[in-house]
Amino acid sequence: MSIINDLTFKIAGAAGQGVESSGAGFAQALARGGLYLFGLQDYMSRIRGGLNFFQVRVHEHPLYSHEEAVHVLLPLNEEALEEYVDEVAPGGGVIYDEGLKVDREWVAGKGRKAMPVPLIEIAKEHGDRVMANTAALGAAAGVVEYSYERLADVIRQNFRRKGEDVVAANLRVGRAAYLYAQERYAADFQWKLRQIPEAPQRLVMSGNQALALGALAGGCRFMAAYPMTPTTSILEWLARHERQYGVVTKHAEDEIAAICMAIGANFAGVRAMVATSGGGFSLMVEALGLAGMCEVPLVIVEGQRGGPSTGLPTRTEQGDLLFVINASQGEFPRLVLAPGTVEECFECGWRAFNLAEKYQTPVIILSDQFLASSLRTVEVEAIDFDRVVIDRGKLLSAEELDALTEPYKRHRFTEDGISPRAIPGHPKAVYATASDEHDEFGHITEEMHNRRKMMQKRMKKLETARQDIRPPIQYGPAGAPIVLIGWGSTYGVLREVVDRLEGEARLVHFCDLWPFPAQAAAEALRDGTGVVVENNLTGQFRRLLRSETCLPIEHSISRYDGRPFSPEEILAGLKEIRK
Amino acid sequence: MTVTLKDYASPVKPTWCPGCGDYGILAAIRQALVQVGLAPHEVLIVTGIGCGSKLPDYMHVNGFMTLHGRPLPIATGIRLANHGLKVLVVHGDGDSMGLGMGHFIHAARRNLDLVDLIQNNQIYGLTKGQYSPTSDPGFITSTSPEGALEGAANPVALALAAGATFVARGFAGDTKGLADLVARAIEHRGYALVDVLQPCVTFNRKNTYDWYRERVYNLAESGHDPRDRLAAYQKALEWGDRIPLGVFYQTERPTYEEQVVALKEGPLALRTLTKLSLQEVEQLRSEFM
Ligand SMILES: Cc1ncc(C[n+]2csc(CCOP(=O)(O)OP(=O)(O)O)c2C)c(N)n1
Ligand code: SF4
Ligand SMILES: [Mg+2]
Repeated sequence: MSIINDLTFKIAGAAGQGVESSGAGFAQALARGGLYLFGLQDYMSRIRGGLNFFQVRVHEHPLYSHEEAVHVLLPLNEEALEEYVDEVAPGGGVIYDEGLKVDREWVAGKGRKAMPVPLIEIAKEHGDRVMANTAALGAAAGVVEYSYERLADVIRQNFRRKGEDVVAANLRVGRAAYLYAQERYAADFQWKLRQIPEAPQRLVMSGNQALALGALAGGCRFMAAYPMTPTTSILEWLARHERQYGVVTKHAEDEIAAICMAIGANFAGVRAMVATSGGGFSLMVEALGLAGMCEVPLVIVEGQRGGPSTGLPTRTEQGDLLFVINASQGEFPRLVLAPGTVEECFECGWRAFNLAEKYQTPVIILSDQFLASSLRTVEVEAIDFDRVVIDRGKLLSAEELDALTEPYKRHRFTEDGISPRAIPGHPKAVYATASDEHDEFGHITEEMHNRRKMMQKRMKKLETARQDIRPPIQYGPAGAPIVLIGWGSTYGVLREVVDRLEGEARLVHFCDLWPFPAQAAAEALRDGTGVVVENNLTGQFRRLLRSETCLPIEHSISRYDGRPFSPEEILAGLKEIRK
Repeated sequence: MTVTLKDYASPVKPTWCPGCGDYGILAAIRQALVQVGLAPHEVLIVTGIGCGSKLPDYMHVNGFMTLHGRPLPIATGIRLANHGLKVLVVHGDGDSMGLGMGHFIHAARRNLDLVDLIQNNQIYGLTKGQYSPTSDPGFITSTSPEGALEGAANPVALALAAGATFVARGFAGDTKGLADLVARAIEHRGYALVDVLQPCVTFNRKNTYDWYRERVYNLAESGHDPRDRLAAYQKALEWGDRIPLGVFYQTERPTYEEQVVALKEGPLALRTLTKLSLQEVEQLRSEFM
């Protein structure tokens, strides 16, 4: 019996062998055929050698998570085969080049199908040796009998820049490998992929891409950064769009410079952001306080990876939560958002700029390597450009400034703590402000009454900002006995667990983390057995929840080896808890 | 409307020690801005932290008193956001040659159109008298009781090596001469360093007004050609018995801002921010299909 449109394929090999581009190409071909994907990338902190993989789960229903079992493994070298063959589900298969030194009997003995294909020979015969990966994708499509036309579309698009000859050769190679693999192995292979006729076009997007897109849509016009995994691709993406969208990007000399440039640009009136990881954010902390003190809007993307120090540079962790909430000397307001999906990344991308300008203070988007680099298919409407709003808060227009009758006070005391903001350049609003404590005009003063009022004014903004903080998102049946509690990138995997437990569990997911939505949290967590699931060792969110709501959550499931949770792992953890 | 010194007057009284060289620098900057005819709203002065960095508080001008060592990258962001503003960075020798040394080299080679004025008193003033990167070797302070053991950082030579397009040195004891230099720096298109010898009357008892007066001489009067980079290097290395003042080097090179494509249509800060058009949305979506 065939299993249709429900499988995971994994392409694995050394860095430099084209794992990512091949995986992404295949994923694209599947998405074009109306299938839903969840793509997980795993790479080592090296440019050559080692082992990387790109794993894509495919289904005809929307997916939010990967799962552990692999059905089609495409190892590009022997090491990859040995490393991952045990992940292949019984009956699943391994497609590899005939030239690899592989003991077919050994693979078969494990209950997996060995499916050698002369990938290099086919590539050489119909094109060029460098097209072996195209052959591999062709063979994979052949074994699962997926439409070759969809793969051909992607080959045409991806090689277009290299000229017609290259496209034609790749097409020949892909088809030859397809036919070869189909003829020999398809009849005996259970898993099949079929394109869904007349399915709408969908988007395939990573968290980083969605964030960058959201930022652009939200009016980000300046970005400075110093390359650091996992957020480098945000800078690269915006840099590619500089010309057409009038965005200035600056690869700065270091992270301190990057954040200072973004503060300068925001001070001058341009929506600006930085993106980094924990190490870079550590360097930025002093300037974070500057933005807080001088009431300069600022958006910071912090993509967490395994820490401390260089840690696991290309892997994932949720270890910076309490750090970003508390970073800096002294007290000032900040907002922290932790998106969990591509859709939330897009939304946080534009929302953060509104919040930063409205409250004239830093907004931190807390992401992580897993969210940043995982790919998902989403409906076109799910990346909702119509809902994008550009709200610049109390930014004074030139006309309003023209009409000023009194001397302009940049840090005027107000009810809600927010002072009308003028960007420098207008004759009626000439002002200087300082990182030293200052008065309403911005003049430096150590006078104690002023200090108290200024502290209160700035912190008042945090209270005012509560109006824009959203309650946690709930998923699953109300009244379910188990309450899975998560934040940020665990949304997808927890959602999958809720689905698999069919009525047994519900999910409470926090995206807006600071100011902490304490009341909404307490309400959402009133009933059921709470289990906090997070990618760190010390239970940072659990501690935050306790300190903000006095709710002691008894159970937790944690992972801190740099890898994301799988649904299977959480299910196993829950079993332990319920024992 | 002509700009006068009164336009730059602030109600705030400086907190500097009587006789501090920063008074001369403040007067020279005001004078220079009037000379070039810029009004306060057209100018933005970015400073770091130090005695001298409080300067914008003592003028009526747009200002941003930022972090110790960081005014240059902040000014960089400001220039990229609004290249319509004339941006001056003013900071101490500790600020520019200590924490800010990296930013200084990058600013010089980047050649953004800004003035970088160093209040070089060869001492940490605000923290009460420790030696600085520009202190002369052997200089005794609270953190160098045996005398400074390092060679002195030389802002002029460093700026030349980094590719600065305007490199000058002034003296806070000569307000008129300094005002002229600052005015030239403002009018220069590109990164312009003005290293200013600034007596700290409280903590630096060595490099006093008299000490400088006995040594300084004018480069232009000595026949130096500011287009000659090698000669400029030679002059930059002169220190001790004779200390050159004036423009060491000036050249033309495209500024950073004028090479940024996204800035061709004018300052970013002055454009109205609108949502993406339908067409733009379509195009962006197609990247992900
Ligand atoms: C990160 C940081 N480190 C240290 C200080 C303390 N600090 C303030 S001013 C200063 C040095 C001032 O020297 P300089 O820059 O030469 O300015 P001056 O006071 O001499 O004008 C130091 C070390 C600080 N403000 N920030
Ligand atoms: S300590 Fe020195 S630099 Fe600071 S104000 Fe006094 S004289 Fe000027
Ligand atoms: Mg000094």
